[in-house]
Amino acid sequence: MSGHYEAPIREPLIIGHKTYHDISNDIARPIEERAGKLWWVSIYVALILFIYGFGCIAYTIGTGIGAWGLNRTINWGWDITNFVWWVGIGHAGTLISAVLLLFRQRWRMSVNRSAEAMTIFAVVQAAIFPVIHMGRVWVGYWVFPLPNQFGSVWPNFNSPLLWDVFAISTYFSVSTVFWFMGLIPDFAMIRDRAKTPWTKKIYTFLSFGWGGKAKHWQRFEELSLVLAGLATPLVFSVHTTVSFDFATSVIKGWHSTIYPPYFVAGAIFSGFAMVQTLLLVARKVCHLEEYITIYHIEIMNIVIILTGGIVTVAYGTEYFIGWYSGSRYEDFTYLSPGAATGPYWWAFWALITCNLIIPASFWFKKVRTNITATFIIALVINIGMWFERFDIIVLNLSRDYLPSSWTMFKPTIIDVGVYLGTIGFFSTLFLLYARTFPVIAQAELKTILKMSGKTYKAKEGDEHH
Amino acid sequence: MSTIKKIFGLYGDDDDLMNGVKAFNAKGIAIAEVYTPFPVHGLDVALGLKKTRISDAAYIYAVYGLTLGSVLTWYVMNFDWPQDIGGKPSFSWFTNMPAFVVPMFELMVFCAAHMMSITFLVRNKMYPFCPPQNPDPRTTDDKFMIEFLSDDVESIKKLLVETGVEEITIKDA
Repeated sequence: MSGHYEAPIREPLIIGHKTYHDISNDIARPIEERAGKLWWVSIYVALILFIYGFGCIAYTIGTGIGAWGLNRTINWGWDITNFVWWVGIGHAGTLISAVLLLFRQRWRMSVNRSAEAMTIFAVVQAAIFPVIHMGRVWVGYWVFPLPNQFGSVWPNFNSPLLWDVFAISTYFSVSTVFWFMGLIPDFAMIRDRAKTPWTKKIYTFLSFGWGGKAKHWQRFEELSLVLAGLATPLVFSVHTTVSFDFATSVIKGWHSTIYPPYFVAGAIFSGFAMVQTLLLVARKVCHLEEYITIYHIEIMNIVIILTGGIVTVAYGTEYFIGWYSGSRYEDFTYLSPGAATGPYWWAFWALITCNLIIPASFWFKKVRTNITATFIIALVINIGMWFERFDIIVLNLSRDYLPSSWTMFKPTIIDVGVYLGTIGFFSTLFLLYARTFPVIAQAELKTILKMSGKTYKAKEGDEHH
Repeated sequence: MSTIKKIFGLYGDDDDLMNGVKAFNAKGIAIAEVYTPFPVHGLDVALGLKKTRISDAAYIYAVYGLTLGSVLTWYVMNFDWPQDIGGKPSFSWFTNMPAFVVPMFELMVFCAAHMMSITFLVRNKMYPFCPPQNPDPRTTDDKFMIEFLSDDVESIKKLLVETGVEEITIKDA
């Protein structure tokens, strides 16, 4: 049928000889079968980290921010580094599900569900840091413009920190709604094949009675399109606003007009690296090799090359302008000759090596189609992007305007614990998700089976030759 | 006693379903409902469904959100408690507005996305614990169901068989 035609030179997105029923079976299998040993080991490790991190958070709240390695010169440290790192990771999910939907990229359908899950779980981790950094978390709701008994005293809408409150909370709730609406038809599929009464009850609750009526599908597609249209500027606004936390300040190295586009590119760069890290494990554990193919992995690596390239140009610009300005202060910023040779030389070179040099190997097709290489490089990028935020915050702050205030930052065990705790929390959420949610948007995937499935493409080819 | 019956035809493929819908359209037999496991391209046109208006509703919600953001920032920063912050006094909303773009934009997106999703659920009569709206559980997996409300059971059955239906069920309406 002409509606199902796709050029034969395009690589199939679903390999193996699949029918619609096979797709349902493959997506429902991880939910219906018992968890393997690897899953149990992973969740125990994640839970231990989570509990340790929770203890460190409780200790921070009980003792105060003094439990961290902050000092008078370096008053933002690992907390904001981790906040920006986690928010950045979240960006790839929205990019895949919203921006690529608007661009009609079909390869998105195999990865969007997990990428969006990653977004939501990462934003939860991110939100933890500014909240506990408030110190008195029990008055955290003061950041919202609520009428109160002090006059009313309102938050300051001129402040980029308040913009961030709006940006992050909108991003979290809109991403969750977008994700959940897309999940409804897939929950209905699980509901309709559930065998035990409890499973049936849970998925009946989650699927909201979805029946796949023609009018409902029409509304569903319109809803997905408009939500994608809303989420696209939203995702760019969020990291732009995060960059405003720095760019609108008066700290040297921070008040840079390049920050918004550079932060957004960096966020997508790190987010795709995290998607690769998670999906390479998930495709193996959930046996989804026929849906998340080498082609999917390669195309995501190409996005990494693109966004990594933007980041490289931004680094180069910052470094050049820092040197070209001739300003003494610019020689202490995180991308400057002074940073490369100063006491934080190791952090500077970690950034350059992990973000510029090693990811450049993706220019070779052999590397970007190799699963082991992709996994290792993705991990390296995750580390590199953490160092980027560490450099921006700690390296810039460590050289104050008064040389007498110059100092170094030393994280405490609590700093490390909170960070590891968020990794544990994130992994716990993702592992639970992988066992209870349909990890691939199967209803959407079925629409492209006849266009991009291997069996059907082969048939089309025969008919045309 | 009414002789109106509910007739369900179950197709095994989306192309068969589309051919079936076209055949029934050609004979002028009204189709009551179609249940599919995924959005079938062109089905809404074949069934003569009108364009959905939820995107128009989303536009109204977005305007509402933007207005809310504008009024909130004006009330907080210029009306209720104006302050001179960092040498930038709050004389009028228009001169201060560029600093409020982010919250205004976020409120616009927030209202549009959430209210549109709620509208979607309300219009579809969907809610938590709502019993499944599809008459056959296979229609969320790989089967395509077409439903008729008619007293002319025989001619519908005949056309269903001609268009390659896999299964026919007849129930009292």
